[in-house]
Amino acid sequence: MARLIRTEKEVEGRREEVWLVVDEDDLEQWPAGPRNVVGRPKTRDDGLARARGQVRFTADLRFPGMLHAAILRSPYPHARAKRVDLDHALAAPGVRGAIGPGDAPELSATCEYEGAPVAAVCADSMREAHAALALVDVEWEELEPLLDADEAVARGKLLEEPRHHERGDFERGLAEADVVVEATYRTQTVLHNSMETHQSICRFEGDVLEVYTSTQYVWGVRREVAKTLGMPADKVRVVCEFMGGGFGSKNSPGEFTYVAAELARRTGRAVRCALTRREEHIAAGNRNATIQRLTVGARSDGTLTALGGEYVNAVGADGWNSMTEGPMLMLYECANVRSTTWGARLNLPPAKAFRAPGFVEGTFGLECLLDELAAKLGLDPLELRRRNHADRDPGGSEAYSGKNLLECYRRAEPHWERRHEVRSRSTATVKRGVGMASQVWFGGGGPPSYAWIRVGSDARATVVTAMQDVGTGTKTTMAMVAAEELGIPAEDVTVAVGDSLRGPYATLSAGSSTTPSIAPAVRAAAADARRQILDMAEQRYGKGVDFDLRELLSLLGNSQILGTGSRGPNPAGMTVLTFGVQVAEVAVDVETGEVTVDRIAAIHDVGRVINPLGASSQIEGGIIQGIGHTLSEQRLLDPGSGGILTTSLDAYKMPTIADVPEIVTDLIDLPDAQLTSLGSKGIGEPPIIPVAAAIANAIRDATGADVRSLPISREEMLRALAEAKEKARGAATSV
Amino acid sequence: MPELTVNGGRYVLDAPVGTSLAEALRERIGLTGTKISCNEGHCGACTVLVDGEPTLACITLAHRVEGREVTTIEGLRDHPMVDAFVRADAVQCGFCTPGQIVSAVALVEAHADPTAAEIRHRMSGNLCRCGTYTKIEEAIRTWRG
Repeated sequence: MARLIRTEKEVEGRREEVWLVVDEDDLEQWPAGPRNVVGRPKTRDDGLARARGQVRFTADLRFPGMLHAAILRSPYPHARAKRVDLDHALAAPGVRGAIGPGDAPELSATCEYEGAPVAAVCADSMREAHAALALVDVEWEELEPLLDADEAVARGKLLEEPRHHERGDFERGLAEADVVVEATYRTQTVLHNSMETHQSICRFEGDVLEVYTSTQYVWGVRREVAKTLGMPADKVRVVCEFMGGGFGSKNSPGEFTYVAAELARRTGRAVRCALTRREEHIAAGNRNATIQRLTVGARSDGTLTALGGEYVNAVGADGWNSMTEGPMLMLYECANVRSTTWGARLNLPPAKAFRAPGFVEGTFGLECLLDELAAKLGLDPLELRRRNHADRDPGGSEAYSGKNLLECYRRAEPHWERRHEVRSRSTATVKRGVGMASQVWFGGGGPPSYAWIRVGSDARATVVTAMQDVGTGTKTTMAMVAAEELGIPAEDVTVAVGDSLRGPYATLSAGSSTTPSIAPAVRAAAADARRQILDMAEQRYGKGVDFDLRELLSLLGNSQILGTGSRGPNPAGMTVLTFGVQVAEVAVDVETGEVTVDRIAAIHDVGRVINPLGASSQIEGGIIQGIGHTLSEQRLLDPGSGGILTTSLDAYKMPTIADVPEIVTDLIDLPDAQLTSLGSKGIGEPPIIPVAAAIANAIRDATGADVRSLPISREEMLRALAEAKEKARGAATSV
Repeated sequence: MPELTVNGGRYVLDAPVGTSLAEALRERIGLTGTKISCNEGHCGACTVLVDGEPTLACITLAHRVEGREVTTIEGLRDHPMVDAFVRADAVQCGFCTPGQIVSAVALVEAHADPTAAEIRHRMSGNLCRCGTYTKIEEAIRTWRG
């Protein structure tokens, strides 16, 4: 029976109370371990079409008469467009429309960051549209930009009130400590750089606005566009069948959608608005920089007595104040914890969620701090983490729905043991070492999400849901779950996603919530169909008689069995999280400062693994992005003007195939007994979380140097080496 | 008007001088398997073969390849490398994948059994933000099935 509940919904650490109508999830979990389909490696259902270049991304869609829009953006971090004259642009060859500040949502004369959208033109070709932008006459008033995060905090320029957390008595915890370590960590601004840039095509069909867009959230775009434009939601159709990556940057419509919609309304034509790669580097979101001033106190046996953190998120002109303090609050048993997080409002492009926002940054600080503590105490870092393991949610009194972090640590041992052999391969100039870091993150998903299924007379099935597959393999996961429940091969299941007009609501592809949200709904839909098939069999062959599925279904001709399913509630009064640990091996050239990552072992607990092949791809992808974050990626600013200097893939250094270490993955693969009919959690974000700290801790193991700032460029590495040398000299002198 | 030879077919190039090969393929001929991701020769998503050599179509002028043989992902759709990529799960979002496969085909046509170092060197011009690199290396090592 449908049940109306009031529940807490979490997406990437942001929580809200919502009313939901949910169906009870009354299916029993399958026993642990591989089944006929689920738990066995499966290649992607659309892999061949994607590999052949046959699928149509938003970037590939063309409509008759389609126009191309381009956006005029602020060249200054802080400025006001005193006058915007579109006349010359409108008269340019091929131009069919032009709009200025106030003509479409998000177009504004007040520019709080470089790249802020001001005006837009559309033309017969992209080339003509971009050429016409140069003819828009703008009189600019440049204003003083605020670029320094600490200064913003001091001046009270904040995104929201500072966020405080306190449990126990932090000061008393420090007084009880035998050892206290304080350190400041800094992380840089990094860019998502999805291969498909942000883009939409908008067109009106009667009174329906069609939005073809590269998005992680079909239903979020539908809701926001309808609300912003004052339209009934059913008059907005959002389509995203294939999607070229998002990593958190494509959760909302964006100015490019509103520009395309307004120009489509004015011209009566389809209008495409696609960001160039240069715009993508400036105005498509970022992982904000952080400053983390951290304190840990511990007894000589390693028991944590106090943890403290002052976190500054350099958010930018807008965005959100992500939960950088999360790992400190959630990872370890510690009675006395105090944190404050400031979201500094700056004249820089707004931050957006980026694969485990806050936790990637916060884990770098916390897990480096733990290793600095271990070094000071003379304790083994793995043992220190075991001693402070949290058996219950340290933030409350709730039990975990499932937690196998200790098992992760056990499985990490052989990788950790390699450190003696790795160190022994050091030379005078190349030092080698091993480091580790733990991971905590959300990833339990939740309601609502719905799926439909139809089963035909050929015993093939089609799953329909207006979900999107951003490249993670969600469709394949859904096909596998449906196949398992129906007792047919996964190859016989087609999955249709990506059209709000042609399927039920499904959640966003973010927060490692996709699989744990939609897969139980798919199983419920398949079970609904299966119940009908069993009813049909009983009437045809009699009760309890074995039957052949194909023979039975062949009776159907062109008719179908239809099943529906929804995601049931999360377990009440329980904390649902994912856990893991990674062990990194590095080589540091102490003459040049070059750091090479040789090997990373990743052990994660994400409940039941539906597709081990897809899961291993997610882990490798997360680690590779993490290596970029740790060693090479950084959005650089001109310190004087605040102008963004890294606006191309030449200047902004993402990892290539030549940067990839050996990656060993190990998943605990035990269903979370409390969570849904599948016991599965998400794997998208966990693997990127511990990478930076594991590498930094391996560098300390190799060289004795404390790197506390990302990226660990050669300059940072040489600075840390010089500092370590200085410290060692000082220590020697004082003895 | 000049003619382009693409995947063995001949096409009249009805486009202004200055049109890139990638734009000509996508907008004039309708071969959208060749992707444009950076449009300035940094990422490799637009890689095609010109007389067998991997070439960045977004910074190649269409008019400059007249009389030469252009091969796109569509012309390689039955090449065993495509299956190898699918088998190894070297496809996540798939936006860079056609360019990766074109580069990989050029590599194995030149050295049928490349070493890991050769793979890493010859494939390092093709960026993948999803991070399929581990699987790409596996696909190229096992491309013959």
